[in-house]
Amino acid sequence: MASYSTNQFKSGLKLMLDGEPYTIVENEFVKPGKGQAFNRVKVRNLKTGKVIDRTFKSGESVEAADVMETEMQYLYNDGEFYHFMAPETFEQHSAPPEAVGDAGKWLKEQDICSVTLYNGEPLSVEPPPHVTLQVTQTDPGLKGDTSSGGSKPATLETGAVVQVPLFIQEGELLKVDTRTGEYISRAKD
Amino acid sequence: MPDGRGGENWPPSAHVTRLRQRAGWLKTVRCFFAARDVIEVETPLLSQAGVTDVHVESLRERGTGRWLQTSPEYAMKRLLAAGLGDCYQITRAFRAGEQGRWHNPEFTLLEWYRLGFDADQLIDEVATLVEAFLGTTRMVRKRYADAFIEAGLPDPLVAGEAELMRAASAHPEAAPLPRSLGRSALLDWLFSQVVVPRLPGRCFVTHYPADQAVLARLDRRDPRVAARFELFCDGVELANGFHELTDAGELRSRFESDQSARRRAGQSVPDIDERLLAAMTSGLPDCAGVAMGLDRLFALAAGDDSLAGVMAFPWDRA
Repeated sequence: MASYSTNQFKSGLKLMLDGEPYTIVENEFVKPGKGQAFNRVKVRNLKTGKVIDRTFKSGESVEAADVMETEMQYLYNDGEFYHFMAPETFEQHSAPPEAVGDAGKWLKEQDICSVTLYNGEPLSVEPPPHVTLQVTQTDPGLKGDTSSGGSKPATLETGAVVQVPLFIQEGELLKVDTRTGEYISRAKD
Repeated sequence: MPDGRGGENWPPSAHVTRLRQRAGWLKTVRCFFAARDVIEVETPLLSQAGVTDVHVESLRERGTGRWLQTSPEYAMKRLLAAGLGDCYQITRAFRAGEQGRWHNPEFTLLEWYRLGFDADQLIDEVATLVEAFLGTTRMVRKRYADAFIEAGLPDPLVAGEAELMRAASAHPEAAPLPRSLGRSALLDWLFSQVVVPRLPGRCFVTHYPADQAVLARLDRRDPRVAARFELFCDGVELANGFHELTDAGELRSRFESDQSARRRAGQSVPDIDERLLAAMTSGLPDCAGVAMGLDRLFALAAGDDSLAGVMAFPWDRA
């Protein structure tokens, strides 16, 4: 079984604690003078998102979590599960809605996403940082308005709602930043 | 975070004006000792014998199997036994795995020895040097045991493991408790988490328990404690000093008990430094010595809360 020593600790390292997968958020090295050294860490539970504190004696080893970040193509949603495929192996994985969470509103078929696997099962899904999506509904803009001025909500083909400039029309393709949920530009194609 | 193999981390982590200031600080230290007729010495970074200290891990050079020094203490004591007299050294020291805001595995250590000084006299001198960097303020001296008791903890010289464990479990600042702590690791944890944050701004902790004596002599009146002190400035441990043990037989038995503790813990077991013991047998003069982390002193002088601002290239940029 793979394990890490405390001196390999750094943020992002994935550990098993009490049978649950965690990622290190913060690691502080504590050493009183000539005494025992400790690592005081904040860890985030990869399933629940809850952050807890733990302390280890330095030099202790901790089981590594079998957690892998992989690039996968989003295939479709069957009404409940989201289906992904590993592009090299064509291996398919289905992710429950709780693993996909908020990412669901950005997922467009065939886009490449980052899927975190835990023991081979999808644990969480990150959409691509930028996606191109079609506007399915938005109020008509004011006549003659071109580039400046206010904004209005637009519903995109995946169901996400973003604020867009007034000149955007239904049917247009937009580039959106999924990390901030903000409109970037019209897509060129 | 990038692993630093790319070129992106080429600039120093400290601002160049700070590095110029650092050069001035080093000069201040050298002037301090020149004014007191304490001479500067140099000793090897790589030696054949390592340190057996249970809580210090050495780095080892692969080609020769020699150990990178964790402090120049053993070599400087050989110079003292040879009759060199009062001396100091500014050197690099190496400690595996010690990395954090206040730790870098390679760091600059100032170490000095004063013949005929006891712990109290050396404390006075340490205080004077520190004041040159951090200004004058009230300097408090506090016994290790008193610092525990004032923090609402049991007397560390008397309390058993179970009593200490109860106190630790009841203390919010000691949470979360690491697992499988023995009595001495429990004291270390309580000291770092509960006691140190309550110390006055500038405080010498003295009279450490005998099992934390390291290379200090035991107190003649109360052998439960050792003539060891540490200086804490705003919670940062800055210096560790001893009224030095001069008894070679006593030191050998401490080294041997360190070795068996390391063996039990599955740690590497370096050979005992026979040259140091031979030097002490031939006669180490009565003296007190202290080691001070200069990067930490400089960081405090700069008002920083980590070492990166006063070091050119910390571990991840080195």
